[in-house]
Amino acid sequence: MKAICWEGVSEVAVEEVPDPQMYNKQDMIVKVKLSSVCGSDLHQLNGFIPTMRAGDVIGHEFLGEVVETGSEVRRHNVGDRVVVCSVIACGRCWFCEQGLFSDCDNSNTNPGIPEMMWGQSPAGIFGYSHAMGGFRGSHAEYTRIPFADYTAFTVPDGVDDATAVFASDSAPTGWMGADLGEVKQGDVVAVWGAGAVGQMAAQSAMLKGAARVIVMDRFDYRLDMAAHHLGVETLNYEETDIDAELRERSDGRGPDVCIEAVGLESHTPNPVAYRWEQVKQQTRVLEQDRPHSLRQAIISCRKGGMVYVLGVFVGMIDKFPMGALMNKGLTMRSAQQHGERYIPMLLERMARGEFKTAHLMTHPMPLSEGPRGYDLFKNKKDGCVRAVFHPDGDGRVTRE
Amino acid sequence: MGVIGAAVAGVVVNRIMSARNRNLWPMATIAQDRRHARWHVVTINKSPEEVAPGGRLPEPLAKLGDEVEVQVNRAVGDRGTALAARLRHEPTGVAATAARVAGTDPRQRVRVALRESKQLIETGEILQPEKVSTVKRTLTGLPVDFAVSRARGEGRL
Repeated sequence: MKAICWEGVSEVAVEEVPDPQMYNKQDMIVKVKLSSVCGSDLHQLNGFIPTMRAGDVIGHEFLGEVVETGSEVRRHNVGDRVVVCSVIACGRCWFCEQGLFSDCDNSNTNPGIPEMMWGQSPAGIFGYSHAMGGFRGSHAEYTRIPFADYTAFTVPDGVDDATAVFASDSAPTGWMGADLGEVKQGDVVAVWGAGAVGQMAAQSAMLKGAARVIVMDRFDYRLDMAAHHLGVETLNYEETDIDAELRERSDGRGPDVCIEAVGLESHTPNPVAYRWEQVKQQTRVLEQDRPHSLRQAIISCRKGGMVYVLGVFVGMIDKFPMGALMNKGLTMRSAQQHGERYIPMLLERMARGEFKTAHLMTHPMPLSEGPRGYDLFKNKKDGCVRAVFHPDGDGRVTRE
Repeated sequence: MGVIGAAVAGVVVNRIMSARNRNLWPMATIAQDRRHARWHVVTINKSPEEVAPGGRLPEPLAKLGDEVEVQVNRAVGDRGTALAARLRHEPTGVAATAARVAGTDPRQRVRVALRESKQLIETGEILQPEKVSTVKRTLTGLPVDFAVSRARGEGRL
């Protein structure tokens, strides 16, 4: 079958690879219908995610049709249209029972690697390095789904593919930021990053009753999309003093909840600071992650407020504003997405038309155009927010 | 082997019973003693009776035979069962490092056995890694290949 593989830093290619196989009775095989790029793929592409190997199939946000089920799969049948959570979860360990699915004890087949990096092993993730289990990704014609009863969800008839595919990762990730960020009625919520996850976090905050939601980015086309489709306020951080703007828009207090949806390759308009962090990051020793937006979120957040980190970080950061965090009495939380906790609810909201996602798919295209899709996405060309691959077709996707 | 198995089962039952009857915690696993190998412990989201029914150890751990001591206790906070194992004889010094690199360190076998026991009991099977690889062997990939080859038996467990 054909698949998009990571071949090295800044290099992806469409390869012919062996079809996936089922190794467990709880596995199933899905024929992929849509598979989206994700901002965290860029960290792989740019060489910041350790334990990638040339030939790894990437991609983790996807939807497809069940074509084969193991003997212990109970909730799915051949022919079902399913959206698959990017995070693999067993559904039965203590962490899964608490709703902390991305902390699943049983779904990472390489636990020794993250234990040495982070002290403990989080869940496995499709197509996201060997530290996260080495599972094949979804930019392929077929994908194996471990623990299928818990990791995959049947899509209701009223939800089209272009909407449902984002229930795999960006929508539940965004919802988690608002939910575990404890957004309340009347809150001012600031979101760093107007990519898909940032937009979904902003939409979730609005649905939870935030009085003002302000989304920040440096690309006007993304801010315009957020304003147009979600009705949120926007700020281009290259054109204004973000900290002062946020204070003004929160009556001098600072945002109640600050959601960081950028991650380890964030930018700053200060060219000296940006270059300095970039040099440190390239050494891989002085720091592994560039934390500009995280620092800004901590500084801007109101006293006693919440900073929720959705962006992906992998290692150490330098100059973490611990003094601000401690002395202002902030709470900081983070996680890879606990998607299994939110996906059924989000699919219901999508079916009722309450949760918008389809606008994110700016560039549907066939799988064979993988390198072009990543070029558009990485270099922010042609108004790209998400390139979405269509392995079984010509890239034309029906939207209802 | 049968005698050893019965003895292990007796010890396990004894630990389950004594922990239950006396609400015993902390168990001896946290009383570290440099003369003994350290305990490796997993918390299993099941009752002790489900972890070791009739005193029978989970198969992956039972396979280690009398190479290890085993304890089965109620987990702290009543969050399931603490399944602990420690080697009777643990390699030290250069021999330990060499065994670790070679993939023959018995601690790696203990970690694998504990992880697999937990998976079997909690989910009913042991999740298998991808066996048909799509990766290409490259010079820069060698360290990752090595890390992956040891990943099921290494770690902080």
